[in-house]
Amino acid sequence: MQAEQSEVLDFFRRHSPFSDLSEEVLTNVANNVEIAYFRAQSTILPLGQDNHHWYVIRSGVVEVFRRDGKLYNRLGEGDFFGEQSLMLSRPIRFPVTALEDTLVYLIGEETFNYLFDNFEHFADYVEVEDLTRLRQSTTKREDGDSLLTAKVATLITSLPVSVSCTTTVQHAAIRMTEENVSSLLVIDSEKGQDVSSGSVVGIVTDLDIRSRLVAKGLSTDIAVADIMSTDLIYVQSNHFVFDAMMLMLKHNVQHLPVLKKEQHIGLISHLDILRYESQNSLFVVRSISNAQSVDELAALKQEVEGSFTRMVYQDANSKMIGSAMAAIGRSFKQRLCELAEAELGAPPVPYCFLALGSMARGEQLIVTDQDNALILDNSFEPKLHDDYFKALATFVSDGLARCGYSYCTGNIMASNIHWRQPLAVWRQYFTEWIQKPSAESLLHSGIFFDLEGVWGQINWAKELNQLIRQTATKNSRFLACMSRNALLRTPPLGFFKDFVMETDGRQSNSINMKRRGTAPIADLVRVHALAVGSQARNTFERLEDIIEAGILPPGRGLDLRDALEFIAMVRIRNQVSDIELKREPDNNIEPEYLSDFERKNLKEAFQILSSAQRYMKFRYQPGRVN
Amino acid sequence: MFYIDKNQLARQGQTLAKTKQLDWSGRFASLAKTSKYPSLKAFYQQGVISASTPLLDVPMVALDFETTGLDPSRDSIVSIGLVPMSISRIRCGESKHWIVKPETNLHSASVVVHGITHSAVADAPDFSNVIDTLLGCLRGKIVVAHHAPIERRFLHAALMRHLQEGIEFPVIDTMAIEAQFSRRKSQEIWRSLLGRQRTSIRLSDSRTRYHLPYYRQHNALTDAIACAELLQAQCVTHLSLDTPVSAIWS
Repeated sequence: MQAEQSEVLDFFRRHSPFSDLSEEVLTNVANNVEIAYFRAQSTILPLGQDNHHWYVIRSGVVEVFRRDGKLYNRLGEGDFFGEQSLMLSRPIRFPVTALEDTLVYLIGEETFNYLFDNFEHFADYVEVEDLTRLRQSTTKREDGDSLLTAKVATLITSLPVSVSCTTTVQHAAIRMTEENVSSLLVIDSEKGQDVSSGSVVGIVTDLDIRSRLVAKGLSTDIAVADIMSTDLIYVQSNHFVFDAMMLMLKHNVQHLPVLKKEQHIGLISHLDILRYESQNSLFVVRSISNAQSVDELAALKQEVEGSFTRMVYQDANSKMIGSAMAAIGRSFKQRLCELAEAELGAPPVPYCFLALGSMARGEQLIVTDQDNALILDNSFEPKLHDDYFKALATFVSDGLARCGYSYCTGNIMASNIHWRQPLAVWRQYFTEWIQKPSAESLLHSGIFFDLEGVWGQINWAKELNQLIRQTATKNSRFLACMSRNALLRTPPLGFFKDFVMETDGRQSNSINMKRRGTAPIADLVRVHALAVGSQARNTFERLEDIIEAGILPPGRGLDLRDALEFIAMVRIRNQVSDIELKREPDNNIEPEYLSDFERKNLKEAFQILSSAQRYMKFRYQPGRVN
Repeated sequence: MFYIDKNQLARQGQTLAKTKQLDWSGRFASLAKTSKYPSLKAFYQQGVISASTPLLDVPMVALDFETTGLDPSRDSIVSIGLVPMSISRIRCGESKHWIVKPETNLHSASVVVHGITHSAVADAPDFSNVIDTLLGCLRGKIVVAHHAPIERRFLHAALMRHLQEGIEFPVIDTMAIEAQFSRRKSQEIWRSLLGRQRTSIRLSDSRTRYHLPYYRQHNALTDAIACAELLQAQCVTHLSLDTPVSAIWS
């Protein structure tokens, strides 16, 4: 029988990932460790050395270096190193030196492999290099019966009811009453009798009958074809209920035909979703649209926070939360534009209200600036019209501020005359930014490359996006300038004890997860997206295009996606806990409130970002511009 | 190890420093001839590394006894902890820990120190049952202990009682090393002038100087390991790894 190493065992019991192992396994591991002492400044693992042990720090501090001698990581009590060379059976690639006098427990290769192969939690925790741990932590969420995980098919209670397009509205209304439904599919009988997608030509709803027939005083004898909606938006039965909700929000419709293999299998309404999930963001959006004054809008702030919190509890991923919050933000802007027009009268010339930055990317959270701008019709005459648009911009901007979207500190708002210009001037802005780029001029205008029309002539926004896509791709100098700016914000090295470690060894008490995490990733992905001519604005969708285009080394795109997801979720969860503690939510994280798991994963996520930045530097050569 | 009061510790530390150094290889060779008990004979026959062996290559075993008192003629061993080691590794997987039935009565004072109760020792084996294994563990290795006279004298006395022949072996004493390096004369004079106590060279205080962790538990095995870690720290701090073992053994 082996002698029991009570001190070692005690230590393991106190530290992850050992604490998750059974007492029997732990005792066996503890009884077989080797111990070694390293004096401050001495080398523990030299570069290129064969390694057959896993090192766990009992006391002291070590530093891990890159081959080029730069600090890669700093580790303290309970941290570990050497796993990478064991997993890959390769000599040491990241040399390790004792920063302080250090005592380490060495666990033999066989024991490490045994633990790694037999205990999933242990392996998840330890596995650093191939990052499956990070991936697992971001893609859980199999269970739970929320709108985020439920499929559209679960909302369908009966087959869709259909009528021929020649049926009279009265007859259609009778069918709706008989079948107790609020919408009907309209079939062109010449194309077929069944409800396959080829024969369905439209949809008619309660609301259509009310607004397009009764309100207009038309006869109930006209054909349903005269009042039906064409341009149908479909949802697939195997999509998430959440996707259906987002489609409704995006297209401002209340009914969606459900398709399964080209066949109509049902119709769902916003009421089905609301019934499924009362008080969700769809509900908030409806409240926003119904608000009659800025006061009423401002009063909805709590409901917005409520739906944000609920989504987090339902295990929504950051993309879902970001797009739902952006949809809410967009609705605020739309409603404020409507209210402004109601107060100021009809606009003298057409305009388009723009969302920029995170709202345009569909990545909005609860703490956010309002970044907006106005595109005016080319017939705009400043002397004649600008008073109106200045007033409108101020109305919307002030209103947004009251609803919780603070003023943009960089003054990128439509209330600033620079960003309230005719389309032709905007085209000129973009042409200049792209054709005659300088890092300085792009420093503050980078945000305009995430742009979306939210109200008015939104096709103008599309036009500008098209201009960007066509010209940016080929302009390497522009891309170099953009990447230079994208490198201005860097991630920290990670954590050490309760401090944020900077790459130069400095320590700070908190970290801004937006400035040091999500924003640099969004910046970096934007540069690549511009380079490959992606049409997407959402960072996750841009990443898909970038991966597709094959400009990143294999696997890096997915790593970056996982890193973004993890950082964003830590940021989101932190805001939720602020809301719950009745604190003003912000983007700052204090490391002492992070779990071991979050720390380790964040550390890795920052490392991924850091290496992605190095790759960008290599690819776009920002050093040659200034 | 046993917890002796400070003054006693200091006196014994000094006597140790004056111990005359022996030609261990020669001594082992002659003891191998005269020794009768088989495993003791084997212990000597294995021989001892040469005095010039660099520290890096010295096979060692950290050893700690808990005893009923301080006098080897009256008191006896209660538990034994040992762990094989080198200057770069301590091999816990090969460590041993025994509680043995003391030949003399258990003082109530030592019960408090060791936490070993009468009932625990009632079921324990006699010392005679562990002799062969113990000698096997020590064979070919240099014994490391904090305040080594305890281990040296108690083992000698116990073997005398059971085998009617004693034992001699070289030791590396971490307390003696600590006295040498952490109690430099000039420093101690300053300390006494300033009215401060002499630098403590007790195991836990010595460990603190090398930033070794505090160990809450005390038994013969954790103390043997604590001593082993201390020796590693002392060697890399004060000595070079090619220092001959003769510089620190006695």
